[in-house]
Amino acid sequence: MPMVDIDWLKEHVKVPAGLTYEQLAKDLVHVGLEEEEIHASQVTGPIVVGYVVDCTPEPQKNGKTINWCHVDVGEQYNDTDENGNKVPRGIICGAPNMAAGEKVVVTLPGAVLPGDFKIEPRKTYGHISNGMCASERELGLGSDHNGIILLNHYGLSKEEADALKPGDDVMHLLHLDQPVLEINITPDRGYTLSYRGVAREYHHSTGAAYTDPVVALNAKAPKGVAADKADIEVEIEDNNPVHGVPGCDRYYARIVRNFDPSAETPSWMRRRLIRAGMRSISLAVDVTNYVMMDLGQPMHAYDLDKICGPIVVRRANKGETLTTLDGKKHDLSVEDLLITDSPDGKRSSRILGLAGVMGGLYGEVTADTKNILLESAHFDQVTIARSARRHKTPSEASKRYERGVDYALQPAAAQMAADLMAEYGHGEPSDTPIDVDHTQPREAIDFKFTETKRLTGLDTSDKRIREILEDIGCKVSDGKEEGHISVVPPTWRPDLTMPCDLVEEIARLVGYDEIPITMPPAPVEGEVGLTPDQQRQRDVANELAEYGLVETLSYPFVGDADFKAFGYDADEIKPVSVEVANPLAGDRPYLRRDVLPTLAQTVQRNLRRGLENISLYEIGHVYLWDPNAPAIPALPGGQRPTEEQLKALDAGLPEQPLHVAAILTGKAVETGWLGESRDVDYSDALEAMNRVADRLGAKVQIVQPQPQDVPMQWHPGRAAKVMAGDTFVGMVGELHPHVNTALGFPEHSAAFELNLTALFATLSGKPVQAKPISTFPPVKQDLAFTVPDSVTVAQLQQIIEQAAGDNLESIELFDVFSGNQLGEHQKSLAYSVTFRSPDKTLTSDDTEAIRKAIVDKAETIGAQLRA
Amino acid sequence: MAQSASFDAGAVTDAVAEGISKIKSASTMEELKAIKTEYAGAESAMTQASRAIGGLPKDEKKGAGQLMGKLRADFGRAFGLKEAQVKAEEETRQLASETVDMTEPINRKPLGARHPLPKLMEDVEDLFISMGWQISAGPEVETEWYDFDALNFGPDHPARQMQDTFYVKGNQAKDAAGFVGSNMVLRTQTSSDQVRALLTRGVPLYIASPGRVFRTDELDATHTPVFHQCEALAVDKGLTMGDLKGVLDKLAVSMFGPEAKSRLRPSYFPFTEPSAELDLWFPDKKGGPGWIEWGGCGMVNPNVLRSAGLDPDVYTGFAFGVGMERTLLLRHDINDMHDLVEGDVRFSKQFVMGE
Repeated sequence: MPMVDIDWLKEHVKVPAGLTYEQLAKDLVHVGLEEEEIHASQVTGPIVVGYVVDCTPEPQKNGKTINWCHVDVGEQYNDTDENGNKVPRGIICGAPNMAAGEKVVVTLPGAVLPGDFKIEPRKTYGHISNGMCASERELGLGSDHNGIILLNHYGLSKEEADALKPGDDVMHLLHLDQPVLEINITPDRGYTLSYRGVAREYHHSTGAAYTDPVVALNAKAPKGVAADKADIEVEIEDNNPVHGVPGCDRYYARIVRNFDPSAETPSWMRRRLIRAGMRSISLAVDVTNYVMMDLGQPMHAYDLDKICGPIVVRRANKGETLTTLDGKKHDLSVEDLLITDSPDGKRSSRILGLAGVMGGLYGEVTADTKNILLESAHFDQVTIARSARRHKTPSEASKRYERGVDYALQPAAAQMAADLMAEYGHGEPSDTPIDVDHTQPREAIDFKFTETKRLTGLDTSDKRIREILEDIGCKVSDGKEEGHISVVPPTWRPDLTMPCDLVEEIARLVGYDEIPITMPPAPVEGEVGLTPDQQRQRDVANELAEYGLVETLSYPFVGDADFKAFGYDADEIKPVSVEVANPLAGDRPYLRRDVLPTLAQTVQRNLRRGLENISLYEIGHVYLWDPNAPAIPALPGGQRPTEEQLKALDAGLPEQPLHVAAILTGKAVETGWLGESRDVDYSDALEAMNRVADRLGAKVQIVQPQPQDVPMQWHPGRAAKVMAGDTFVGMVGELHPHVNTALGFPEHSAAFELNLTALFATLSGKPVQAKPISTFPPVKQDLAFTVPDSVTVAQLQQIIEQAAGDNLESIELFDVFSGNQLGEHQKSLAYSVTFRSPDKTLTSDDTEAIRKAIVDKAETIGAQLRA
Repeated sequence: MAQSASFDAGAVTDAVAEGISKIKSASTMEELKAIKTEYAGAESAMTQASRAIGGLPKDEKKGAGQLMGKLRADFGRAFGLKEAQVKAEEETRQLASETVDMTEPINRKPLGARHPLPKLMEDVEDLFISMGWQISAGPEVETEWYDFDALNFGPDHPARQMQDTFYVKGNQAKDAAGFVGSNMVLRTQTSSDQVRALLTRGVPLYIASPGRVFRTDELDATHTPVFHQCEALAVDKGLTMGDLKGVLDKLAVSMFGPEAKSRLRPSYFPFTEPSAELDLWFPDKKGGPGWIEWGGCGMVNPNVLRSAGLDPDVYTGFAFGVGMERTLLLRHDINDMHDLVEGDVRFSKQFVMGE
């Protein structure tokens, strides 16, 4: 993001003396330019002006010649001789341009240069060198390392240079002590990718006087002339506009002749470019970059002698390729916009570059270029954005074009570049530019003054609104109706298209802090409060935590390792899993279909950290891909899709039910002074699951499949389906020993997973209808039955409940055993039952009748009452 | 003891006096029982004397009877008093002997713990519920239309490329920019629920939509690719940015205490205009109270209202989104995002059921 250098900013806006970067950041954030970072200076002093008193070349054995110099660095920093007199410092310098009588930059012991380069006195070439004369590169001011900085030839005026005395501080002179402010630019504010724009925003924030540099440049810039008299012929053709918008609506080109290719970029420009994060390359290139940073207009400089007119701006043809400046070869798309020229009379046969993105290898200015063709064009945002995205070549130019460049800026930008090339490179700008201009004046926005209050609550006067809009560059005239104005936004603000855009401008310039604080009226329609399902989700979460489990959240990403550990057939599960196209972890590109595999990763992490008895749960979504789902259509925003289109959007999405899963490992009860420990097994998972069901008031049944029908993740003899009526809602039991082993879990680690979406759907949500409480006395009995192994507890209990009818108050299994005395494949189930009648005291005859009914019914499933 | 028919008033008075004296010096129930047998039992002098009254001449019977009544009452009173005292002492001894060390840890079924993040989201939901809003939720695997286009992020919008989106493979179709894809993403923002809620619930609409979102940021101390936001959206007639500020202040106070407040800074989001960055005045900021970035907000862009078929000249709305992880990190002085996402039980147990 762009750097803001106060020294450059003040070209366009009057900043107060002593403005700090901290204050600048505060001022800019107020109008919406956010501080990213204030980059502190990487240089500390003392760094001072030195006058070279003498300079003695000393040839060395290695063939080099070094200079033994004495440099006057002023009273404060000079050396002291044996007699206490101040004398110039002895300094060794290898630079070829070192000479007596020059004013140089001396970094003294104690100074620190970029890269944490500490200056110390050092013994070298038989002398003590007591400081260093610095080059531009050593100071971080540029790339020049051909010699040291000679202040008389460093872009200072003669008066300024003459005024420098030995010992004067150079840190400030060369901006070495200056930090620089990096700001964030939101995508709508392309114009603030320039000093012209940032300065205007600074003006909006502080009221400081602002001068738009473009006004003066426009006054100087020559108008385009007829094609036959112009510098070069330019044709724009577009057979494939994107969204019907031509790729190029303005192409302004102007020639600068007799440019001195050996001319150097002035130090101030180099310094500013470097502080802005650019490299200094050559005067011609630096000027185009400087103009881009200053005004926001990307420019291209061609070597005129290599270009054959006419220049044609057109879309690429199928099969065309281009190697860009960075050496990358691109297969071009018919949507790419190109700058081409016409060698050997073959019109548009040579590609010069990808318009607005990057130039090609041919045609660029070089170290020999004498005649320059300046391109200052306006390209369509979408066309440029797509090309930059397609070819993965974002550039400073494309960054600006895709955010929108001022479409009236082109002549002024070319004028500024031409001026700089004339001043510093002795170039001769032509007066016959070509200006192919198809831009359309902007439509006025019909703006109602009251819109500001309607959207923001701000009570801003009509007069103030007008002032603000004019200050941001709008042309305001009376509207068609009373209370309306007609607002033409400035050419550099493509983001302003709707009344609400203008409201934002007004609000941010008045200040968001001025907006009065109000509270919206509470809604009066519709249901309020959590929905039953939202409340249920909380109940599930709280119940499991109260039961002793710890809630966690895992990333929903899974891959081969998880499938393998859980015994899934990868070939079966992948086609029904949602796959991420650009996963962060290449080995986990899928989204989970159940929570257990990702919850297991969390359990593993805890175990690896030496924690024991880890019992966790997670509530989260799973994602069920349907390979036959229809493709999702692309629809435009800003208009309501039809009902059919809305259905088509959702039809392509995977189902994403909410699940809860728990894994229990280690001890269910820990050994302590209260008693012995007990390991987790299926019963703990079952109990936890039952607690959830009970808390929800869900009637679930445990249906235990035959071992061969139990899914691979589960222990074949210790797992069951959880059913809510006819709805399958999940599984509970011990994980398969293979799974426990693969995950490094203790034996008998247990788990459950419930589809909460499905379970909640079985709940009526109606209030519980309470039964009357009987106050007649209870009759308590124990009933023990011998049953075949194949009879389950649930079956027998159901029989007892049916037989006892309304008189059964409670039934509890209190003993289960099997043994030789019972016979083979038999087991004993003992229940403690309580009978109580709702409407009378049970007599012994009544009780005997109930008991007999139970015994008779139990016999139908082979259960015998034990004596 | 030989049966004696004689009534000796002096002897029985002495005997009872002796018994009462023994009662007074007794200290256990066993002693008391023995004394009772000895001095009031069938063989005792008192019982014998009572029995002997029958053999007295008629005129002596009354005096003897009165004497015996008094002796019996004296004995009984003394016994009763002592018995109550001894029982109380015995109970005290008994209870003392049952003393346990109450400082021994009892943890038969320890409490587990909620994760602080969903708990925080519940707190946020409760604030909105208390204001009469509804809680909404949208799918995590979402169409690009709801995540971007409906929110005024056109296919070529620079902001769409800035979102670090996870794209989903799937049945391929051309998108509006001609790039082929499934038009399906892991939602980058809970704002994806805005237009869904508007379409399904209609207006006036006041919803908060907390949920999980995804961006392709590697996990580090301050980022996680899977995180949580809470979106709030109100669309009605007459809503202004002032109402937005009012609700934000309420949220700030409910999350960070009575001194907290919010501040808006101009910014840009495709789905709001005007847009603002949301700053929080954080009283407990390290190194002193100050402003910190908390989220984004603004007035709903007319194009978003149009995506839901609403007339922006009739309805206005505001929306904001805050990061739940960030809120949690700030509230609890958590320095590392890893703690939030790794699921280490030691982390969650710090919060137990409270908070």
